[in-house]
Amino acid sequence: MARRPLPQPPVRLVGGRLGLWWQLFFRFGPPRWTLYMRHNWAGKRLVIAVPYVWLLLFFLIPFIIVFKISFSEVRLAMPPYAPLWEWVSERAVDVRLNFGNYLFLLTDDLYVSAYLYSLKVAAISTLFCLLIAYPMAYGIARSSPATRNLYLMLIILPFWTSFLLRVYAWIGLLQNNGVINKVLMAIGIIDEPITMMQTDFAVFIGIVYSYLPFMILPLYSNLEKHDFTLLEAAADLGASPIKSFLRITLPLSVPGIVAGSLLVFIPAVGEYVIPSLLGSTDQLMIGRVLSDEFFANRDWPVASAVAIAMLLLLMVPIMIFQRYQARELAGAK
Amino acid sequence: MRLKGRHWFSKTGLWLGLAFLYVPIISMIVFSFNNSRLVTVWDAANSPTLKWYGELFANDQIMGAAWLSIRIAAMTATGAVILGTLAGLVLVRFGPFRGRALLSGMTTAPLVMPEVITGLSLLLLFVALQQLIGWPQSRDVTTITIAHITFSMAYVTIVVQSRLAGFDNSLEEAALDLGAKPGKVFFRITLPLIVPAILSGWLLAFTLSWDDVVVSQFVAGPGSTTLPMVIFSKVRLGVSPDVNALATIMVLIVATGVVVSAIWMRRQERRRAREMQMAVAANK
Repeated sequence: MARRPLPQPPVRLVGGRLGLWWQLFFRFGPPRWTLYMRHNWAGKRLVIAVPYVWLLLFFLIPFIIVFKISFSEVRLAMPPYAPLWEWVSERAVDVRLNFGNYLFLLTDDLYVSAYLYSLKVAAISTLFCLLIAYPMAYGIARSSPATRNLYLMLIILPFWTSFLLRVYAWIGLLQNNGVINKVLMAIGIIDEPITMMQTDFAVFIGIVYSYLPFMILPLYSNLEKHDFTLLEAAADLGASPIKSFLRITLPLSVPGIVAGSLLVFIPAVGEYVIPSLLGSTDQLMIGRVLSDEFFANRDWPVASAVAIAMLLLLMVPIMIFQRYQARELAGAK
Repeated sequence: MRLKGRHWFSKTGLWLGLAFLYVPIISMIVFSFNNSRLVTVWDAANSPTLKWYGELFANDQIMGAAWLSIRIAAMTATGAVILGTLAGLVLVRFGPFRGRALLSGMTTAPLVMPEVITGLSLLLLFVALQQLIGWPQSRDVTTITIAHITFSMAYVTIVVQSRLAGFDNSLEEAALDLGAKPGKVFFRITLPLIVPAILSGWLLAFTLSWDDVVVSQFVAGPGSTTLPMVIFSKVRLGVSPDVNALATIMVLIVATGVVVSAIWMRRQERRRAREMQMAVAANK
């Protein structure tokens, strides 16, 4: 857009010394602020600044604070951590960086095993999620446009209902005297109830169930764009359906698989509600450890160190996800 | 024809998957009408009954928490829509500017950030702010709303961004060239185009806030207990039938909302198609 000259303020009406003020008033005053915005960067800057400042203040700075507190020592006060630096005299600052929290994480078995366990649970759940979601997304992508919308609505509908209540629903199903055990015993497959609550199995089910739409939707939006005549061509040339799937559909859908898997894996590592309701109390996931450290032990520095360690662990997957997301939005243009 | 085999496989997978999604919800609805306190024992003699619905509405704690959650969710959704729309607009329409990469990173990271980290970091921020400037004096509805806006605006941004990216900016440019001011262009052209995205962003933010337990637990103070927090502490002790009743009501509301909006959207689309046809006919 070409820049146009600002309209000349009617200086002539006032003239003299007041003219300058009049001019300034027209430049910055309310009557022409939109025009001003159009010709200058100020308005644009304001529009940029509002979400920017919000996110800086409430998203980025909190992480810096967590990072800072992870280096301080716990103490009995409010807030329960020692300041990192103190003014000893007018010119000297006493900085106490305490790496003890991180050493503690590395040496105490509880934390290392909680991290490994969380990674394991998240990875296995993501895999199951993918195995269930792929045929579903494929089925939707291959159905007619009218039924497609109906299916998508059916997939998204549970997502709109409370996540907490959907996890809760599984308690009633998985309990020893729950629906699944009752049904299996009535059919005669089993004689006594299988313990499913408070096992890894229950946590897998909970995560797969809650995150399934997050896997299906990226996969669907990828599969929907596929040119299915490629498959017909492959079939005409004599490829078996399995071979053409492995050689054509699967490689083309890798971006969808990556996006869906990351959308499931990253939040699943830090999952708190599902393992609290369905999982065992013997082996804790890292989200639970963090919250216990914070609420039960009131050890804010160690909780912060746990959070920073978790962030470092998830940094690579988060960056891959962001790159994918940016490319996806650029591709939509 | 040879492709048909795999098609059947994926169709079966689709139906099994849908069953997996709906069986828990249906069982919850069924047992909400059960008379027995033992949720899984079907008391055939006295069921179905609306007993638990009565108890639910008589429970002041749940009703109070629900009202609080609705207020927080409405404020969150409104704030998130304003901030998220601005962020989406900036990212799609404003071209390159200094710090754009950081903004785009900050809008996508909350999508996948584990909730415990978001909750912890926001609480520590509020504590630090309180020490530094004396605000917020206590942790209440305000802090919960701020926290909820922060993580839900990311979703609004994504929705608005993808909607905006679907239009090229020729209409906006034309309006600017004809002399409309940027504010007017936004309200007369850009905003009407992205209204569907804003509506679904509002609903999404409302749901996310209405549903959140982890972040709320961190940033809520005593006396500001939201509905998910009440439910969470209740169901940690096991199943309770009035929660089933609550879930049924929520599923009902959501299902109605989704069906109505689907019908409305289809009608809108048809109307638009008809108008397009008429415009084409008029130009002939």
